[in-house]
Amino acid sequence: MVTTVTSLGRSGLHDWVLQRLSAVIMLAYVVYLGYFFATTPEITFTAWQGLFASTFMKVFSLLTLLSVVIHAWIGLWIVSTDYMPKVSIRVAFQAIVIVICLSLVVWGIQILWSL
Amino acid sequence: MKFKIYRYNPETDKKPYMQEFDLDIPEGSDKMLLDVLVDLKEKDPTLSFRRSCREGVCGSDGLNINGKNGLACITSLSSLKSPVVIRPLPGLPVIRDLVVDMAQFYKQYEKIKPYLIADTETPAKERLQSPEDREKLDGLYECILCACCSTACPSFWWNPDKFVGPSGLLQAYRFLIDSRDTRTEERLADLDDAYSVFRCRGIMNCVDVCPKGLNPTKAIGHIRSMLLKSGV
Ligand code: SF4
Ligand code: SF4
Ligand code: FES
Repeated sequence: MVTTVTSLGRSGLHDWVLQRLSAVIMLAYVVYLGYFFATTPEITFTAWQGLFASTFMKVFSLLTLLSVVIHAWIGLWIVSTDYMPKVSIRVAFQAIVIVICLSLVVWGIQILWSL
Repeated sequence: MKFKIYRYNPETDKKPYMQEFDLDIPEGSDKMLLDVLVDLKEKDPTLSFRRSCREGVCGSDGLNINGKNGLACITSLSSLKSPVVIRPLPGLPVIRDLVVDMAQFYKQYEKIKPYLIADTETPAKERLQSPEDREKLDGLYECILCACCSTACPSFWWNPDKFVGPSGLLQAYRFLIDSRDTRTEERLADLDDAYSVFRCRGIMNCVDVCPKGLNPTKAIGHIRSMLLKSGV
């Protein structure tokens, strides 16, 4: 068993489940936003701000953001271990992805809780 | 009919090259591709390939025929378009001409412990199994280890040292589902890393090429649900 090289979870199964779960959360979010756009007659700043004022929406958005990051990391980790046999390039690529992912989370939290 | 055959002798050739042959094949001939290779070898004894049973049982003449992996002995000429391009199985090191080094393939096979392990007392005659339990092995035990599937699988090309590959996983499932085997949990635990099973991306190249009509992708799906259920 290749134990040391799971990307995020503690096992291959864990990674696999995380990726499916995050996909479902992202889909739910898109559907929910779609519902908002479809049922709101006019998208004004007030309507938009009202949507994000509730704690539910903030938590839901953060959850989705985390899902995006987890999904992207597991996916790109797999792609990089498939197509980047050179360790230096692979590690550099993975480092960049990690930095982007973490920045997205920090930035997202700032936006959500400062509105 | 035209044939283009991959030739490479590492002792004399700097690079592999394609050798062309032109053969008169009577219209409606039911010759198999292996017969042609045997004929060609008579003309040019340096041409190397593996074969044994000549009837799709031993699994030794897996080749890449017009871009698709298959057994030369059960591929009839009438099913092929001229020119017939014959290459060794992709992704494995070439030893010479159409002969590849299967070590990596066998290593993955070995890894899944392809034998029954039963911790129960050895019976006087044999370990019994109900007809229903026996039926579960259908579509699994028929594998002849020809490597057509694994060498058609991109995931196996990229990680032949870590991804077990369709052939090995089909056999892994064959022992996971065997009612007489008592090491199911252990077998599952051995497979639960990011590569062994989970590198399968469901491309189904394996199903497309298997000369025995087996379905490794389905077996891999079963292993996944077993892992999920046992929650390791
Ligand atoms: S289904 Fe899985 S094992 Fe079969 S060829 Fe595709 S990736 Fe390989
Ligand atoms: S599953 Fe089919 S293609 Fe793969 S090794 Fe077995 S017989 Fe060959
Ligand atoms: S020669 Fe045995 S399978 Fe083709």
